Amino acid sequence: MTSTTEATIDEIVVIALAEAFRGDGEILCNAIGTLPMCSGRLARATFEPDMVYTDGVSVLVANTLPVGVPDAPIVPEAYIPYRTVFDVVWSGRRHVVMGASQIDIWGNQNFAAIGDDYSKPKAQLLGMRGAPGNLINNTTSYWIPNHSKRVFVPKVDVVSGPGYDRMRELGAEASRFHEIRRVVTPLAALDFETDDNRMRLRSVHPGVSVDQVVENTGFELVIPDDVPESRLPSAEELSVLRNEIDPLGLRKGEFA
Amino acid sequence: MPDKTMTEHDVVGELADGMTVGIGGWGSRRKPMSLVRAILRSDLKNLTIVSYGGPDIGLLAKSGKVSKLAYGFVSLDSIALEPHFRQARQAGGLEVLELDEGAFQLGLLAAAHRVPFYPCRAGLGSDMLKHNPELRTVKSPYDDGEELVAIPAMKLDVALIHMNRADAAGNGQFLGPDLYFDDLFAMAADRTFMSCEKIVATEDFLTEGSVHTLRIPRIFVDGVVEAPRGAHFTECPPDYPRDEAFQAEYAATARDPEAWDTFKARYIDAPSHEAYLAEVDAR
Repeated sequence: MTSTTEATIDEIVVIALAEAFRGDGEILCNAIGTLPMCSGRLARATFEPDMVYTDGVSVLVANTLPVGVPDAPIVPEAYIPYRTVFDVVWSGRRHVVMGASQIDIWGNQNFAAIGDDYSKPKAQLLGMRGAPGNLINNTTSYWIPNHSKRVFVPKVDVVSGPGYDRMRELGAEASRFHEIRRVVTPLAALDFETDDNRMRLRSVHPGVSVDQVVENTGFELVIPDDVPESRLPSAEELSVLRNEIDPLGLRKGEFA
Repeated sequence: MPDKTMTEHDVVGELADGMTVGIGGWGSRRKPMSLVRAILRSDLKNLTIVSYGGPDIGLLAKSGKVSKLAYGFVSLDSIALEPHFRQARQAGGLEVLELDEGAFQLGLLAAAHRVPFYPCRAGLGSDMLKHNPELRTVKSPYDDGEELVAIPAMKLDVALIHMNRADAAGNGQFLGPDLYFDDLFAMAADRTFMSCEKIVATEDFLTEGSVHTLRIPRIFVDGVVEAPRGAHFTECPPDYPRDEAFQAEYAATARDPEAWDTFKARYIDAPSHEAYLAEVDAR
């Protein structure tokens, strides 16, 4: 039997991101990427049993599905081709986890392109993809594997996913479906639960200091007087994660 | 029923410089690659390409066939960033309409329905509007008065799609997990040319899939090209998966002009789809 003291940093991060889904209930968990998938599937296997998630292709699966095992048996509960995914985005019954090449204090996210000249970017990245629609329609969280000043910047080059300052400009009605729930990195969990929705340090992972987070963030985070430590996984959570959700340990690959 | 069978060469003969061409599929999935290569071998130029982009956009942009791109994303799926597309963007000079990937389908739907736009929230607050100044917003005429983004109709001169099966009259069948938006591409276009893995008799459609897989009706199709492995190296399940080794080779040529020249001479310039497949199989 695994004891919680043996949890490694990747497992603590999986839990920190799984916590973003707490309270979501019966919605589509669209966690993009290996580690976010672990988090979403762990949340459903434990404390958010009513959530639905996809096999990554076109069906919602009723069973606990391991990540990175293409021939794992699935129990389909609904057919959800891309067209239906977009319908779900617009319905709002969804919580998406995306990445970010840049993010700022208001949660403005860029994974579209780097550089000032959009007609000739220094680095073309993913493009807008679904970020503009995701942010304005449903709850969004971010998993950012590289917590550094290159990513946590004072100003993003392109706003693909708009943050809270942009929402204030739009007004309360247009922004009523916007919520950036959580930002999780290998160092910390962050949120926007402040008076003016600036990014706040929510918890540091065990072994990480507040100073370490501050040194690697290119803007002034809101730091509460007491910053708690991110919680450890329970024995049950560790067992489900290691044995059922990520038996190949693929989550560790995001900590290169 | 009419017989609309033709060749890739015939399809290219129906295209002209400056046309707006929509390409079905999604990323590196069920792309009409034999038709794309036929365009690459032709003298066509100044095309506007509308696509949920994969190697179709990478190849056409790399080869200087394109003056404008409209896309929600460009990706090779297993290789997140399309390297040839990135190079073309970073070199500058390419006009782009970059939409939220969900909003993108509304442009096709508006064209299909012959209305000027469909409204959505996607784009509000982001730089999608700033970087695409042709996009406008619209105010709801109802009491809510909400301001929304008006995604303009993306009217296509021609759509190119690839199906698993088709009949000679132009009915198309997808047997994989997702139709993507191929029906919208066909309906948004003045003319649609559809390649397929295999042309079958109409009465044989239901031996391989339920009636729900018959999603491309022939009223929207003008030509049918039988192209076995016509989506290679993109995936075309259940007929075949993506050729990941070939895709990796394609992607690597972005870093090395000599490697690209060799790749192009061997595969892209192969004079027919059959010759291309022979080169692929001889690797």
